[in-house]
Amino acid sequence: MRLRQTSLIALAIGACLLAPNLAAADETLKIGVLATLEGPFTILGQEGLRGVQVAVDEIGGSVAGKKIEIIKQATDASPDSAVRAARTLVEQKGVKLVIGPLSGDEGLAVKDYAKTKPDVTFVNGASASQDFTLRSPAENIFRFSTDGAQWNAGLGTYVYQVKGYKKVAIVAEDYSFPYTQVFGFMAEFCKAGGSVASKSWVPIGNKDFSSVIAAIPDGVDAIYVALGGSDAVNFLSQYQQAGGAAPLVGGSITVDQNVLQSKGKAREVLIGTPSSGPVADLDTPEWKAFATAYKKQPDAFPSPSIFAQSYYVDAKPLLMALQQTGADLSDGGKKLREVLSKISYESPTGKISLDKNRNAIADEFITEVAAAPDGTLYKKLVKVVSQTTQTLGFSEADFIAMGPVGRDKPPCGK
Amino acid sequence: MSKGAAKDGWSSSLPTRTGEIGLGQALLALALLAYPAIASDFFLTQIGALSLIEGMLGLSLTMLAGYGGMVSLAQLSVAGVAGYVIAIFGQSTTGVHSFDWPWMAIVPLAIACAACASALIGWISARTAGIYTIMITLAIATAVFYFAQQNYAIFNGHSGFAGVYAPVAFGVDWRAPRPFYYLTLVVAAAAYASILYGRRSIFGLTIQGIRDNERRMRALGYNTVLHKVVAWLLSGVIAGAAGVLLVWFHGRISPSTIDVAASLNILVIAVIGGLRHPIGPFLGALVVVLLQTFASDLVGAERFNTLIGLVFLVIVYISDDGILGLWRKAAPWLARADRTASSLK
Amino acid sequence: MTIAYRDRTGVGEAKSSASPFSGRAAAGVVVAAVILWLFFGTWPDWLTEALTSKKSFLSALLNGLTLAGLYFVVASGFTLIFGLMRNVNMAHGSLYLLGAYVGYEVATRTDSWLLGIAAGVVTTAIVGLAMQIFVFRHLEGDDLRQTLVTIGISIVAADLMLATWGGGAYQVTPPDALSGAITLPIVTGATSSGAAVFLRYPLFRLVVLGVAATVGVMLWLLLNRTRIGMVIRAGVDDRAMLSASGVNVQVVFAGVFAFGAGLAGFAGVVGASAFAISPGEDVHYLLASLVVVIVGGMGSITGAAIGALLIGEAEQIGLVYFPTYSVVLTFLIMVITLALRPRGIMGKPS
Repeated sequence: MRLRQTSLIALAIGACLLAPNLAAADETLKIGVLATLEGPFTILGQEGLRGVQVAVDEIGGSVAGKKIEIIKQATDASPDSAVRAARTLVEQKGVKLVIGPLSGDEGLAVKDYAKTKPDVTFVNGASASQDFTLRSPAENIFRFSTDGAQWNAGLGTYVYQVKGYKKVAIVAEDYSFPYTQVFGFMAEFCKAGGSVASKSWVPIGNKDFSSVIAAIPDGVDAIYVALGGSDAVNFLSQYQQAGGAAPLVGGSITVDQNVLQSKGKAREVLIGTPSSGPVADLDTPEWKAFATAYKKQPDAFPSPSIFAQSYYVDAKPLLMALQQTGADLSDGGKKLREVLSKISYESPTGKISLDKNRNAIADEFITEVAAAPDGTLYKKLVKVVSQTTQTLGFSEADFIAMGPVGRDKPPCGK
Repeated sequence: MSKGAAKDGWSSSLPTRTGEIGLGQALLALALLAYPAIASDFFLTQIGALSLIEGMLGLSLTMLAGYGGMVSLAQLSVAGVAGYVIAIFGQSTTGVHSFDWPWMAIVPLAIACAACASALIGWISARTAGIYTIMITLAIATAVFYFAQQNYAIFNGHSGFAGVYAPVAFGVDWRAPRPFYYLTLVVAAAAYASILYGRRSIFGLTIQGIRDNERRMRALGYNTVLHKVVAWLLSGVIAGAAGVLLVWFHGRISPSTIDVAASLNILVIAVIGGLRHPIGPFLGALVVVLLQTFASDLVGAERFNTLIGLVFLVIVYISDDGILGLWRKAAPWLARADRTASSLK
Repeated sequence: MTIAYRDRTGVGEAKSSASPFSGRAAAGVVVAAVILWLFFGTWPDWLTEALTSKKSFLSALLNGLTLAGLYFVVASGFTLIFGLMRNVNMAHGSLYLLGAYVGYEVATRTDSWLLGIAAGVVTTAIVGLAMQIFVFRHLEGDDLRQTLVTIGISIVAADLMLATWGGGAYQVTPPDALSGAITLPIVTGATSSGAAVFLRYPLFRLVVLGVAATVGVMLWLLLNRTRIGMVIRAGVDDRAMLSASGVNVQVVFAGVFAFGAGLAGFAGVVGASAFAISPGEDVHYLLASLVVVIVGGMGSITGAAIGALLIGEAEQIGLVYFPTYSVVLTFLIMVITLALRPRGIMGKPS
């Protein structure tokens, strides 16, 4: 038994030692990408990867003479998995450039990790949590996409003044990203004079919205829905089945492409729904070029989603900065980050530049869902909200005083 | 261990304590102590320390399942209790309530809370057996997960706590790779030694008796429910210690750390390793951690879950006790060498 | 009605039929009266105040009922398998999802909802058969290993289904005759002009409820009025005796497993018509089946019905009135039930 034991132990140790240890190759430039490739958010992570690939293809696949190697690391939208994936990329695979993560809570977790690795440069993927950059930002994190509150800039005022909805009910999921979206919507809507009749915070993972729908008070002018993915599809189909009459106002991910192209009849409820976000099916040549390049990717949707656009507008300036600095990371990336913080460029969705917290100042689009002649749904542009900032037009002191996003923020009506 | 028997209960001649520590375990101890000399920082922490921590979690399960016949899926929830106590009463960067107590106060507090939680779970499950224990502990684990996710007042909901790090104590920064590795090694070794000792103690033998035939033990006059609850309490101490190390390892804790998939992972670790000996969970943890870290290199970033699932399936299907069981199956031709060696003593 | 073989020789406690029966009957009448009044009577103001509105309460009640129907169909397969073979099939949720995906593919290609259902049922029954023959038979007697192998299968299956169908949401379109909302004869309020406002309710949910009731009745008839049912009930009580009396027990097991798996697939297609399916639904319905069966009692069809009702109502009413902790409530019910009645409400000691 002792002999067996010893051999067993030796085997175990050998396994530890023999496990592969990837060495850095000199000819390739490694860029790590964090994307949700596990669980129900997989479809969004794949979109993100498509966005990165478009950016890489645009620059010819290599920068400053070095071939770009994209190293994908899967997360499952939980903060722990994001940190673990980031550590694998940085500590095991030795990457110095990371694009990602995808979800809001993942972003907050990665921010804490990034602070412990000051010589690694992080660019956002699609994380839209406010505090990724608003409160105690990290010096090595750059977000060229906008946050969830910015995504709803202009919507509250538009809905009140143009659509004439004075009283709305809110249905949203019970975690930080929907809090951010509702924050952005309500800050403007309440300021314009609107009131909120009821707020239904639905627990994560709930699929059955029928009771929530039935509990919505009868006299509301519209229902603001901030649900995404399959939850949005469920809500819409159950709303249709319940014979719901009140019009809907969509959060940015409720009318995102992955919902618009889902299989089934539920999405027809969305036709005519106003929403706002960083993406619209614009008529500009820049957008059309981007959409064409995007559609060449395998399994692409009819039109780029928020996640493809977000990963793209974050990856692109990183590649531009690498080009400018000759991909020289020998100083721990200091020069690269200096260049990055000053970049301002024309993206497919308008001009993007950074504020002092390295958060994007960019255009948002108020859209309405419409049906194309071939039956697919797309987001028709109604109005451009130019160059929104993270403080949404309030002074920074006032904005921060409103407190971090939460179930009861901001106070308004009920 | 020198007995080589599958059952750890009734052997005709109980060995002395020193006789227990065979050559194999001494070699293992040396190898583990010397590991930092050859391993990179990544391997030291992400493979070495993590395997030890997850092995400890698996050990708390093995203690209950292998020796007590109670398979519990709530061990990670118990560890989570300890982790959250550290986060709430210690320091964190989340900006939510963290009381900033010194580590010397919160570590014992965390382990005590975990032990109490475990005893409570044990008391709830004491009347169940077999598959029902699995189900009730799964339900408890799920309930704890959902509660932590929905409650912002205590647990800060979905976002959890971040910036929870090991302290700087006695002049050493325990957050650094080498000190942290040695810390986990010492704690895991203590847990392992305590199980090795405990399984031959009166209490340990009583628990195994309850596992084998609870009615008879009751007839003999033992208070089986009390013994079970105490066993849960003790396993809660191990799980709690592992929970403290876990939160220091990740630097954060959130509901996803203790969700259903992670709880099942602990069961996977314990079963893959083998439930019959305390070294089993550590073996299982090493295999699982290696798989999870390198699976995406082997089959790509998208399909690694298939690989992990398949390896798990195959091991459980062909062996009746995980890796240790596989080893025992290969025993016959090894036993020939062993018998020759021992006959020459 | 449980799958247990009823002892007709009179051994055991003789239950006095008079007092508990009339007590139960009285309680039943009171409960029925309250429910009828809740639905059709006019509510006093304090009640409307407490329960937000009559519409939301009654909708939640009905939604819980219809959700319970779906849970019952899924859980009945699970409990049937456990009752006879003591197998906990942790891949039951994967069977649900597989049936749903296959049903979706067939239904959209052939434009026939019924064909989709048939395809889903057949596929999962075959997979179930394969699992019984290659997995459970090999591991007979070792509960823990069976559970773990099925966990492994569910992990692999979930990933393969993700690879095949992607991460998007799919929804099967039910036939037009079964879609949309109907007006129920329940008054929920009055418009400003005084006309009565009736409750509008999704028709398909009532269809699901009807389907579940039909399945329940058919299962009862199968188990209690057919020869096969008698064989199954005998096998639950005493497998060795059944084998000794000349029945090929392995064939019976395989058949029951295939049937239980088929039920999961059936629930999958019906469920996919009511709610969208996506990766993660397998875990959701597995946990739901587990909770329902544990609360109701493993091996009991009536127990599954009671458990499904309890859990479905708890979920929906919790969602409306205390959404933050509604999910915790469901699992709390399970923990309390197990702590008080370790075998479940209708479970019998093995």
